[in-house]
Order: sequence, then C-alpha cells, then structure tokens
Amino acid sequence: MGLMEKFLALIEATHWGVHPHDHKRPAADAPLRCLPLPERLFVPLQQHIGAAARPIVLAGQKVKKGQLIAEAQGATSAAIHAPTSGTVAAIRDVTAPHPSGLPVAAIIIEADGEDAWIETEPVDPFTLSAQEITQRIAAAGVVGLGGATFPSALKLGLALKAKIHTLILNGGECEPYLSCDDRLMRDAAPEIVTGIRLMMRATGARRALVGIEDNKPEAIAAMREAARPWHEIGVRPVPSRYPMGSEKHLFSTLTGQEVPADGRTTDLGVLVHNVGTAYAVYEALGKGRPLVERIVTVNGGAIAFPGNIRVPVGALVEEVLAFARLKAAPARLVMGGPMMGSLLPHARVPVVKGTSGVLALTAAETAAHEAGPCIRCSSCVRACPVGLLPLEMSARIAAGALSAAVDLGLKDCIACGCCAYVCPSHIPLVQYFNHAKGELAAQARAQLRNEAAKRLASLRAERLEREAKEKAEAAARRKAERMAQKAAEAAAAVGKAAESETTA
Amino acid sequence: MSTAKLTVTPLSSPHAHAHAGGSISLIMAKVMLALAPATLYGFWLYGWPAVHLWWITVLSALFGEAFCLHLMRRRAMPVLLDGSAALTGWLLALSLPPWAPWWLGAIGGLFATVVAKQMFGGLGQNLFNPAMVARVALLISFPVAMTQWIAPLPIGSAGAPDFVQGLQIVLNGIPNVDAVTSATLLGFSKTELSRGIDLLNTTPPALSFVGERAGSLGETSAFLIAAGGLVLLWLRIISWHIPFAMLTGIAIPALIAHEVDPARYLSASAHLLSGAAMLGAFFIATDYVTSPNTRIGQLIFGLGCGLLTWLIRTYGGYPEGVAFAVLLMNAMTPVIDRLVKPRIYGRDRKGRPLET
Repeated sequence: MGLMEKFLALIEATHWGVHPHDHKRPAADAPLRCLPLPERLFVPLQQHIGAAARPIVLAGQKVKKGQLIAEAQGATSAAIHAPTSGTVAAIRDVTAPHPSGLPVAAIIIEADGEDAWIETEPVDPFTLSAQEITQRIAAAGVVGLGGATFPSALKLGLALKAKIHTLILNGGECEPYLSCDDRLMRDAAPEIVTGIRLMMRATGARRALVGIEDNKPEAIAAMREAARPWHEIGVRPVPSRYPMGSEKHLFSTLTGQEVPADGRTTDLGVLVHNVGTAYAVYEALGKGRPLVERIVTVNGGAIAFPGNIRVPVGALVEEVLAFARLKAAPARLVMGGPMMGSLLPHARVPVVKGTSGVLALTAAETAAHEAGPCIRCSSCVRACPVGLLPLEMSARIAAGALSAAVDLGLKDCIACGCCAYVCPSHIPLVQYFNHAKGELAAQARAQLRNEAAKRLASLRAERLEREAKEKAEAAARRKAERMAQKAAEAAAAVGKAAESETTA
Repeated sequence: MSTAKLTVTPLSSPHAHAHAGGSISLIMAKVMLALAPATLYGFWLYGWPAVHLWWITVLSALFGEAFCLHLMRRRAMPVLLDGSAALTGWLLALSLPPWAPWWLGAIGGLFATVVAKQMFGGLGQNLFNPAMVARVALLISFPVAMTQWIAPLPIGSAGAPDFVQGLQIVLNGIPNVDAVTSATLLGFSKTELSRGIDLLNTTPPALSFVGERAGSLGETSAFLIAAGGLVLLWLRIISWHIPFAMLTGIAIPALIAHEVDPARYLSASAHLLSGAAMLGAFFIATDYVTSPNTRIGQLIFGLGCGLLTWLIRTYGGYPEGVAFAVLLMNAMTPVIDRLVKPRIYGRDRKGRPLET
C-alpha cells in the first residue's frame, strides 16, 4: 500500500495552491509610517472571535492610552483598551468592517492629543511563570493578528495543557498586496524574537520555527540575524504559494506531517502563531502595553503612496486612505487581502485588531465578470489545497443538494478562494461553499431549536400529566380522609350509643 | 447559467477581489491556435474543396448553437463568442474526408451543436464529445460519403482545383472519382485482411509523419498535430496525462501484437501515425467537459481510449476507432469521477481522518 500511495501521490503531483501576482512591492519596501492621531477613535467591542467585550467606562469619563475600557466576556473573548488618551464621547453603534454594513457597538473616544500612556511598572517577563505570562497576555487583549483573531492567551494555555514541543511562527503572509508582517519582521525582528521566547516559555515549547515565504528575503535575513543567539529558534524560508499562511499548510510544509481531519496541530505537539502576535506579546510583557495599534498595509491601484502604516485601533479607514492619498476613485474597498479579505460597504468603518490591510482597488484590478457555465476544466481541483472537488461541490449546492456537498468534503473546505481565483468561467465557487456552510449552520441551529421546543413540549405534557395525577391523588386522599372521618364519626356515634346504653 | 437554482452575488462576499485572468473564450482561442498549423497544412494538401468544407462545417455548428439559443430565448452572441461551438465545428471538419460534400459538413455541424450539445443543456453539460458524436452519426448514416478518401493534391500543383472548382466539388460532388480516390492505411489493411491476404504480402500505402497521404482533412500530419498538442501542454491548457495515456494505450497492445504476428497486426508506428490517433490524444480526448477531473482518472480515461481504439481498429467492423473509443470512455467518465477522487488533506483515501 505504501508504494501504491507513493505512486498515486507522484501522479497527483500534489501542487496545491495558486501563485497569484503578489503586488507586494513597492509597498513592502516603503518605510513604515505612523497615522497622525485622529480626533476621534471608534473602538468596536467585537474585535475577536467570541462574545463582544463588555464596556466598563461611561460617556464623559477620561481615559489614558492603554486603559482597560471593555472586559472580556466569555472564554473566546478579549479585553479592549483605549487606543489613545482622551474622553469617552459615547458608546453607540458604528458600521462594522464587514460587507453586510451591519452596525456594531463601539466606544467612541475623543482624543485629547496627548496620547498619554497609563502608568506601568516594568517587570522582567522572563522571571514570570507560564501562567503569569498567559494571564498578562490575556489582560493585554492580544488576539491572533493573522486574521482569525482568536484570543492568544487561550491558545497558549491550551497548548501548555497539550504539552506541545514546537512553536511555529507564521510569517508566510501569502495574501497578495499585503506586507504588514514583512515590514514588521524587517523593522522589529529582535522584538519578535523576544515575543517568540516568551511564547515558548508560556507553552513549554522546546523549539520554534519561523516560516517565511521566500519572496521576503529581507525579512528572512532580519529574522535570521535576530534569532542567531537562540539555537532553539530556526528561521525557515518556505515556497511562495498561496495559501501558505494557512496554519495547516505551513505546518505541513515545515514538518512534512499532516494534521488529521478531526484534529489540530496541537495534537501533534505543535502550536502555530502569527509573527505579528509574537510582537504584540513582546509589547504586552516587555513594555506592559496592551494591543491598541497595529501595522496596516495600505495598497491597491487607487493609492498614491502605498505602504505600511502604524494605525491605532478605531481609526477610520477613511483617515487611513486620506493619509496614504488616493490618486483615483477606488472601485472597491477591501479589508484584508484580495483572496480572503472582505468588501467594505464604505470607508467610514474602523480599523480593528484583525485588520491586516486596507486595499483601494481600481476597476481594472477587480474587473468583475459574469459567471459562465462550468466547463469542467478541473483547474479548481488542481488548485484546491485541501484536495476537494470544487466543481462537483458547487454543482451539488446549486442544485440544492447540501448533504451531497457535505459527502464530498464541504466541511474540510478552508475557504481560501483558490478555486474561484483560477476558474476560467468566473464561477464564485468559494462563495457557494460559504453560503452552504452558513445554510448548514442555520439548519443545525433550527434543528437545535426544534429539539428544544420538542423537549419543552414533552416536559410540559409530563408536568400536566403529573399535575393531573397529583390532583387525582389529592382528591382520592381527601375522599379517603372524608370516608375515614365519616367512619370515625359513625364509630363514635355507635360508641356513644353503646356508652349511653351501658350508662343507661 | 444552466446550473443556477441558487444565485450568489460575488460582490457581496469575500474572495472576489483577485482573479488569475483566464476565460472560456481565451481557452478556446488557444486551442484553435494550436489547431491552426495542422488545419492550414490540410488546406494546402487537399486544396480548396477542403477549405470550403471547413467553413461550412464551422458555420453550421455556430448556426445550430444560435438556433437552439433562439428557441430558449437566450441571447446568442455572448454564447457564440465563447468559441466552443466554433471549436466543435472545427474539430469535426478536421475528421471528415477532405472532399466531402457540403451537406455532410452541414448536417454534421448542426448535429454536433444541436443534438450532442444543446440538447444535453449546452456547454459543460454534454456527456459525450459533440464533434465525435456527430462524426459517428455521419459515419453510420452515410458510410460511403464518409470514406471517400482522396490522394493529396496540394494547392498550386497541376490538376488541383481552384477556388471556384473547389466550391463546385463541395456542392456537386467529386467529378472523377477514380482519378483521385485513394485508400488509407487502416482501411487498406482491414480490406486486405478480410480478403485473407496477410500484411506481409502486400504493399500498403506509405506512412507519413509529415502527413502527405490520404486521410481526413486535418488528421494526416501527426507531426503538426503533436506540435499543436505540445503548444497546448506548454500553455497549460491540457496536461500530459490524457495524451500520454492514450498513445500508450494504443502503442502497447500494437507493439505486442505486431511482435507476435506481423502478418496480422499493424505496427505501433502505423497505429500512432494513422487515423485520428494524434488528433484524438491531444485535442479530442482532452476535452474538459467529457473527461475526468483528477489526474489519476485522466490516466485511466486515456488508457481506456487508447486500448479501445486499438481493439476497434484491430477487431471491429470499422477501420478507424478513435471516435468510438472516445465516446465509450466518455460514458465511463462519470464512473471514473465517482471512483477516483483526490485525497482530502488530513484524511485517507476512504475519507477517514488520519491517525495521529
């Protein structure tokens, strides 16, 4: 079987993924700039996977930069801090950075212009225990900055429990146009390395591997230099191929192993974190600074000065675009990269912790085509990094046969968009899959609701039955009591009569 | 779109911000480009009647497509411009006898797009290769007209028909049949064997790698067709799997049989350079719509096409078997696609999660 398997793998020539034109330069080479502090910052309470944070400030209250303004609420939630000093102007809804344009609750901070940090007492983070490090990371509101925005402390805590041996740092940055991680690695490699060492301490990992796509030679060199004193930290160039930044694919490229379909990398003793997250960990522990700003790539054909900008959380996309200057009216605004990023309804949406990029694309860059019929060219089959059959799945979904699509592996789809990217018929394949996954989730929810309703109904029936029975029992008891009483009275009467007879 | 019970607007969801830039019409244009050298050579070799037959076939294929779209009240122009109907007509024309009468091309072109394509639901929905369905339908319906081979009579050579004479030949039939007809190697050997004469005691028509011999309009030049196929490989329109497997599927049994009994079995080179072997391997079996999705499936499909071609040529009633073989394997495509699927990341071939 082993030989057969090798033969099949050879024929399939597992060349997953696609090679999009990266458009990363010249933005990646431009020096990092800082966004001038906006007058108002709109800090959404939902900047992570999980429940929205709970605000703990009131309108009119003065806050310092880095002050906790909303607490984590629930296991996969994260704390939120003031991105600058000033006054809380209001807590109200703003447009969420999401294609729906739905509102999201946000704390609006009127900046006082001083940008004054909260007082922090510096500690040597390397004297802290794993638990203390994790606690501080949680307190600093650090979430995964690669895009998934999963609370980092939770991930580190789980990894410690799972006894991992290797930490993989994701410096893949395979999305076209984006270069925020590239810039960060070039500019702050020593800090990232410190963050990595802290994460190793927090998880008990014995070694760390930094995977960087080979289209970023400067970042590879900078990270190699910074990691030189630490033998347990290795910097590994990986081939540039989208979606190399996918956790499982970077893991497989670096270790040669595969993550089982029902498992995680931690089952194999490996935890994957983004390099930006490592930097945030350094900031949180080395400087006591919570996550209140991030590097955002501003790029696209409509931008006059593309590059990377340090942006406080809550700044509006509008302000970021104004700072980078538009040279043409953008046909489309995208938050994130062009492969997995989301369309923005307009530019008055805030930058959040997970915002890796803001793209202002011209009509030529995004030329939307009408979808044609599938010609079964199987480009999507070859591009799929997971080994699915996108054309078959989309045909099933289009016909309304969701369960057939699930049988074909719909749930294994990582929604990377490779299939839609290569499709010559411009069929929005990945959109079909996202739609179907949403539909399945809705069905599952509906089923849960149904079951709950059924359970309640049966409980009610049970209760009514019980009550009726109790009533009947009570009635029977009362009847019995009455009978007993009557009998007693009768007996008493008979006794009396007898008594009177005897006394007579 | 024929499969649109559910509509998804790309703009309202992510992942629609970048595209590799391909399109159906671009693919079809590249295939036509790769076909052009062999076609032009065929025009030169068989003269004006072949040119007229070619455009009649292509136009009638386009007309058939437009007619069906008209019946369905759909706008015809965008669909015609995708190039698939023209390519179908083109491939069919290449497989016809070069001086075939106009009605053969016209019926074939119409049949290909109306019956073999649009009746199945249009582009992407047909189970069988439309050009091959039409060719087989013509071969069964009009066996005589479909086997009128002529000897090469290049444009400019003495006695070659000019533009108007070419038109007359296509419209009125071949003037002096005996003067120009010739036999193909496959047809010749089939006849000789059926007469009980073995192949070692006859002088069969010569093979030609360049293509100067009797045969279908665009099938005789193995060299130019293979070159076009290599261009398609280089442009990544096709992969090596189907052509390689199909040619192997023809060559291996031919090699063995010829080695065992050269008196009864043609050599591998005779098989590879005759009939539609090359055209089939590079341009017909590789049709996206009717071939399997996976690389392994494509190897199985190609091998099947090759083996069946050899079997039909050797034991069947017709001297040539590529069209039948491809159609038979087209019917197998859904089965192959069902049985051969790629391995999903993190799962074994049966779909169970890998063990840690």
